[in-house]
Amino acid sequence: MKQTCKFGLAGAATALLASSAAAQEAPGLDETINQAFADLTGPFVSFIFAPFPGTGFPWIVMWLVIAASVFTLYFAFVQMRFFSHAISLVKGDYSDPNDAGEVSHFQALATALSGTVGLGNIAGVAVAVGIGGPGATFWMILAGLLGMASKFTECTLGVKYRNEYDDGTVSGGPMYYMSKGFNELGLPGGKILAVLFSIFCILGALGGGNMFQANQAHQQIAGIVGDYPGWITGLVFAAVVFLVIVGGLKSIARVTEKVVPFMGVMYVVTALVIIGMNADKIGWAFGQIFAGAFTGLGVAGGMVGALIQGFKRAAFSNEAGVGSAAIAHSAVRTKEPITEGFVSLLEPFIDTVVICTMTALVIIITQQMIIDPETGNYMLNEAGTAIATVDGNSGVSLTSAAFGSAFSWFPYILAIAVILFAFSTMISWSYYGLKAWTYLFGEGHTKELVFKIIFCIFVVIGAAANLGPVIDFSDAAIFAMAVVNVFALYFLMKVVREELASYASRLKSGEIRKFAG
Amino acid sequence: MTAKIVIGLDGTEAGERAIAFAKDLAGRIDGSELLVVYVIEWSPFTFQTPEENAQRHKRREEEIETAMTRVVTPAVESLKAAGFSAQGVVRHGDVAETLNAITVENNGSQIVVGRSSADGFTKRIFGSATQNLVMHADVPVTVVK
Repeated sequence: MKQTCKFGLAGAATALLASSAAAQEAPGLDETINQAFADLTGPFVSFIFAPFPGTGFPWIVMWLVIAASVFTLYFAFVQMRFFSHAISLVKGDYSDPNDAGEVSHFQALATALSGTVGLGNIAGVAVAVGIGGPGATFWMILAGLLGMASKFTECTLGVKYRNEYDDGTVSGGPMYYMSKGFNELGLPGGKILAVLFSIFCILGALGGGNMFQANQAHQQIAGIVGDYPGWITGLVFAAVVFLVIVGGLKSIARVTEKVVPFMGVMYVVTALVIIGMNADKIGWAFGQIFAGAFTGLGVAGGMVGALIQGFKRAAFSNEAGVGSAAIAHSAVRTKEPITEGFVSLLEPFIDTVVICTMTALVIIITQQMIIDPETGNYMLNEAGTAIATVDGNSGVSLTSAAFGSAFSWFPYILAIAVILFAFSTMISWSYYGLKAWTYLFGEGHTKELVFKIIFCIFVVIGAAANLGPVIDFSDAAIFAMAVVNVFALYFLMKVVREELASYASRLKSGEIRKFAG
Repeated sequence: MTAKIVIGLDGTEAGERAIAFAKDLAGRIDGSELLVVYVIEWSPFTFQTPEENAQRHKRREEEIETAMTRVVTPAVESLKAAGFSAQGVVRHGDVAETLNAITVENNGSQIVVGRSSADGFTKRIFGSATQNLVMHADVPVTVVK
């Protein structure tokens, strides 16, 4: 392992020298990368976000909302009926002591959450509220609540149809339930869906799971130490990611996995303190959220703009219907796949309904967005693309400014949190991407190494590119996963309903009961 | 009267003393049985990477295998060789809680453990597994020095 690490460092150093030489010859390296990237991904992005003819409403957003609503109704509001049961499962009340030592429900939940809690909750929400106004928060929460049913469906299937290998390791996720599940039901095309999903999953891993993270991490660092070229941050990040995923330096990942939950808790607590300090404005803030949800409060795009932004950022943040969580959850060994589905429905709740709402409330309550005193509506910026903010901030810097207005030191904590969140999300997505990659090309050291190196290269590109093209591509890739995944879920949801009916009746009869402890 | 004596091992020489004591004890009670237990310290509430989760089952099997071959099986064999009726169990969990739970499940009448000599800062704050066991066990506990 030591040798690999040395190789990793040496390789990164060589790459650093080569790139700095290139940068001297072409001073606008960041711009070149940015333009090339925008040109390359443009058509894909346009397709995914194409609006319904004659409207400004992207079909993909409707696709996800309809799916989440269908699953919510089909499973008769499973997210409410089994919410407390999900908490009991996480607490370990139903865990057989003889299975101790296997991945627990808590661990699976925590691992999946560390992949989703991150920049989506901090930067994504700021983007949503910045463009869609406070009303976006309402639609975001609604999307989070409905999304719980999507997550439940995909994670149950993820565990049910995963592959278990002779060496005791497991691989699971949408590509496995697509091919195996369709086969079992005698439906054609499962394999094609699985291949399509895997391709989009790799793109999603490189986009939202990587470039967006690197990009925002760079902005945070640049915001503190002053502006400098993004590819430098990219190289440092790429080197560390390389050490972890290629060099097998587990200690870094382990430290991150332990620090990230504390950062998450600290973030929520600080948000609560700020909201508490402005207790007199809580009613007003919720008023803004509800009024904005249905009137738009003069925001760009009006009510539909708020709705689109809310749904988009919720989906990007909690990934319900995307299929990524199904990969993370499939590592759990349980006799009842559906228990993992119950546990996973807590994710959109924690991620979106709790954490995203905190961010939105802090931004609204600290009045970062400028209100026109004459009309009482929000003022647009000069370009007319977003709401004007106090210092012209957007994305993560808007969140940072909002928290910073209450605690001047918080932007530093937030910067560290963003970097750690970005890093842990990258590690999670490198795994999701790898699983899709090995599904397509087969398992094997060299094949896996190729993907891991590509992953590291995209860290550098992501850090160097502008936020606009990066966020567009990240969204597009992740939503493309959802297109294929949701399509498959419609065919497979009856499998989940059978599991649910069986489990619910055994739970009622007392056959499934808590272990005394 | 039969008695089932549970011996908690931790892989150190303290375990040897516990075994010696249990042998002596079992020798005085006719028809007594010995249950050798090794608990692998583990908590369901830790944070892991996706890759660690995927490999967890394999690691668990390896951990149990190692504990069996290095600690439990040799102890059981030596007890059997000495003419006692003995069995072995390995399980993951909180050491004190799990040792007690296994004892209760198997109708054990008492627990014998060795006192490990380790004495560190964390133990002063959180207490040792032995202290927790003595405080919370449902049956008498003998701590062998």
